[in-house]
Formats: sequence, C-alpha cells, structure tokens
Amino acid sequence: MKTEELEKVENANMARRSFLRYAGVGAASVGLLATAACHKNYYHDYSPTAGVDIGSGDDGILNYAYALEQLEAAFYTQVILTPYSGISDSERTLLTEIRDHEILHREFFKAALGPNAIKALTPDFRKIDFSSRSSVLGAAMAFEDLGVQAYDGAGYLISNPDYLTIAGKIVSVEARHAALIRNLIAPGNFAGSDVVDTTNSLNASTEIKAVLPIANTFLKSKVSAKNYGYTA
Amino acid sequence: MNLFNIIEEVEKVDPEVYGRLSDRRSVIKNITSFGTKVAAAALPFAVGTMFQKAYAQSGAKPTVLEILNYALTLEYLESTFYNAGSAKGTALIPAQAASYYFNQVTKDENNHVAFLTTVIKSLGGTPAAVPTFDLTAGNGSGNGPFKDVLTNYQTFLAVAQAFEDTGVRAYKGQAQYLTGESNRVVLTAALSIHAVEARHASAIRQIRGLTPWITSTATLGNDTGIALVNGNYDGEQNVIQGGVDVTTLKGANGGATSVATATAAFDEPLSMSQVLALLVGSFIVH
Repeated sequence: MKTEELEKVENANMARRSFLRYAGVGAASVGLLATAACHKNYYHDYSPTAGVDIGSGDDGILNYAYALEQLEAAFYTQVILTPYSGISDSERTLLTEIRDHEILHREFFKAALGPNAIKALTPDFRKIDFSSRSSVLGAAMAFEDLGVQAYDGAGYLISNPDYLTIAGKIVSVEARHAALIRNLIAPGNFAGSDVVDTTNSLNASTEIKAVLPIANTFLKSKVSAKNYGYTA
Repeated sequence: MNLFNIIEEVEKVDPEVYGRLSDRRSVIKNITSFGTKVAAAALPFAVGTMFQKAYAQSGAKPTVLEILNYALTLEYLESTFYNAGSAKGTALIPAQAASYYFNQVTKDENNHVAFLTTVIKSLGGTPAAVPTFDLTAGNGSGNGPFKDVLTNYQTFLAVAQAFEDTGVRAYKGQAQYLTGESNRVVLTAALSIHAVEARHASAIRQIRGLTPWITSTATLGNDTGIALVNGNYDGEQNVIQGGVDVTTLKGANGGATSVATATAAFDEPLSMSQVLALLVGSFIVH
C-alpha cells in the first residue's frame, strides 16, 4: 500500500465515505499491509470468497480458535489504525495492548498449526462504524464475549491435555479483555447477566455451530465446521 | 501467598531444611519432597487429603471429585473473604466500589460455592468441609502480613486481586485432567467459573490502576508491586507456549513481540500443590 494512502487511513477525521472505502483494509490486517499488494477494486469487492472448513480433531479446534483470533486481530488493527473520535489516551493504550495480544494469539496458532492451518481470512467490517466509540466498543464487547464463550464451549472437544491448557491460557485473557471493554461501556458491568448467569455465576459457553454463524457476519471468507454441525 | 509460614512449619519437622536447600525459593520449589510430613496432621480432613495427594502426585491424575473439592475449597476462601469485607460495609468498602465491583463478586463467589456443592453431591461425593481461614494470612494468629485486611481498603483490594488472579491460575491448572467426553459437563463448568474469575481479576486490577491482564517482566511474574505475593505470580513470566518462544513471533509492526505482550497474552496455570503451598499455613489454618 502506498504511504499516502496509509496516511489517509490514519486520519481519524476522514470522511465516512472515504473510510468505508478503506475499511476492507483492516481486513487484511498486518499481512496485507506488509505485502502491500492493493488494487483499488479490492476495496469494493465484498462478494463472498471461497469458504474454509476448520476440519476435525484437535487441529480442527485449534483452527477454530485461529479463525476467531484472526477476526479479533483484524478488528483491533483497524481500531488502532482509525481510532474513534474522542478516544482517550488510556483507551488507546488499552486497545493497543489488546490488539497486540490478539495478533500474538493469531500468530501463535498459525505457528502451532503449521501446514494444517486454515488460510488467512478476510474480514468484513461494514457493520462497524470505526469513527464511533459506541460502535467500536460494542463490537469489541461482542467479539470478546463471543471468544470466551467459544473457547469454553469447545474445550471438551480438545483431547490433548497440553492444548487444553494452552486454550485455557488464552481464554482467561479474552475474559480479562471482555471485562475491561464492558466496564468501559458501563462501569460495573464486567460480568453482566447477559454473559454470567445470576443463579450459578457461570460464564455462558457456546457451541461451534452457534458461534460461527455470528463470526461469519464479520467475515468475507466464511468459515464452516461440517464435522461439528455447521456449514456456512 | 505468604509462604514463610509454611516454611516455618516445614522447619519444625525438618530442621535442616535450610541447610539442605540453598534458599527459601528453592524450599518452595522442592517442598514436594517432604510436604507430606508437614501437611496433613492438623488440617481439616479434606484439605489434608488434598495436600497429601497433591504432593504425592507426580503424574498421578486427581479424580474429578478431588478437583471439584479443591475448587470448592478455593471458593470457600474467596466467599469467606468477600462476605467478611461486605459485612464491614462502607467502613471498609466505598459505596461506589461496592456497587461497581464487590456486590457482584461476592454474589458470584457465593454462587460458586453453592454450585460446586450441588455438583459434588450430584456425583455422589461429599463436599469438603470449610477449612478455618485466617484472612490476614497469619495461620490462625489473626496477625499475619495482611493484618489490616478488613480495616484497610487498600490491603483488602490487594488480597482480593491476589485471590482472583490465583483463582484463575488454579482452575487453569486442573483443566488438563478433565479431558474426554465423560468429563464434558464438569470441564465446561470449570471453564465457565475460570472465565468468571478472570473477569473479576480484570475488574479489580482496573480498580487498582493496573493493566487488566498480568504484565510480567522477563524475570518477575508479579506485576502488582506487592512482593509478598511474588509466589502467586511466579511463572507468569513464561514466554514459551507449546514449545514456541512467542517473543519471536511477529508483532503488530512486523517486528518481534515484547515480553510485556507475550506474558500478558497468556495466563499461566498453577498446580494443586503450588496453590495449596501458597495458601495452607497462611490463609488456610493448620
């Protein structure tokens, strides 16, 4: 990507129309920015691309996690690239740290899966207004809460104890993110009744077939899990 | 938490402990070799059994009921702590902190106690007895290193944070023993509690002005500024995940990943014996 284009993207006051044109870049997150092969038509092309399937077994679950981490990493990359209006220094710092965690999670799964990793996914963030604090934090909350529920709901499908421990190392960090974002939106709502039930105080957990349809609304490349009852 | 007490107890049984081991840190690391001698005698039945089992455990897998009773014991500690704090009212906890944080957390921990008790009974087990706690970490003296825990809000916050971050680590350490379809319900429940503890930990760290996640240095896991809880955070400085040094992975700007990011992005587990060594003889009286 050309430098002047990047500068335009970084301009927080950029017009909404102009922003939409570039939103797909977030897409690309780091990989695309690094490889720099942008053609203008790319940004307007929101037609579905070939989907991927997570596969089965432990690699399937790791690929599932990899897909979700790709989505989160791309989202926060865009958040930091085009900060919402009125972002405070402390919010920018915290969201940058979260971006870095999600990028590391993504890179970790990519490295761990090696040749068995699914491809890099292209997100579709048209539903998110990156200039609006409430839109961005609302989306962040949705991604983090979904991530926690996804890990908790898929843990039992992991057979290798070491992989399960690693998933545990990540999910609690996602829960820390979720609690922060929720407190930024509404102080004291870090464990709200929409995600933590009021009788047993258990975090909700969600099965793959219920998580992916939601994740797919933010993905141009749709993710399926046919071995777990869901085809996009 | 304060490991000194338990080491003193070890000393009574094994006076040469310091002679045989180079320093207190290695005492902690090597405590398994003689832990069973100290442990069980004066402890409540369930904790004593867990302690022995944990120390005898080298590769031995705890049963589901043992894990659940261990979790219940940790929840007893947390609920006892928050109930005692809440009972002090605004003399200890500012009204806003109560409504934004402590009311929720107190309710959650009490719910976890009730839930685990029900689960243990439904599996035909006997819920562990409530141990005797000393919230000052004084092993029953009421005069431990956190002796103003119920009168000084800052101390109360510090202990709350240590409990939450340690609780996250404790649950995480047991997940590996709950694989397989037969453990699906218990694993999912444990992971669900684990996530709630992580939400609590995040929120209280925000109250204390820390990052919501544990940001370690290369040599020190503990980022709380309270040296007494170094043991609770030891290991959080780990950057090797699944055999990969994650600091070598590409970060946001295409360069390597910082230790701060690498440690914050992954929470680390604690084993049952590590957690019990942190609590028994200080917060759990024996």
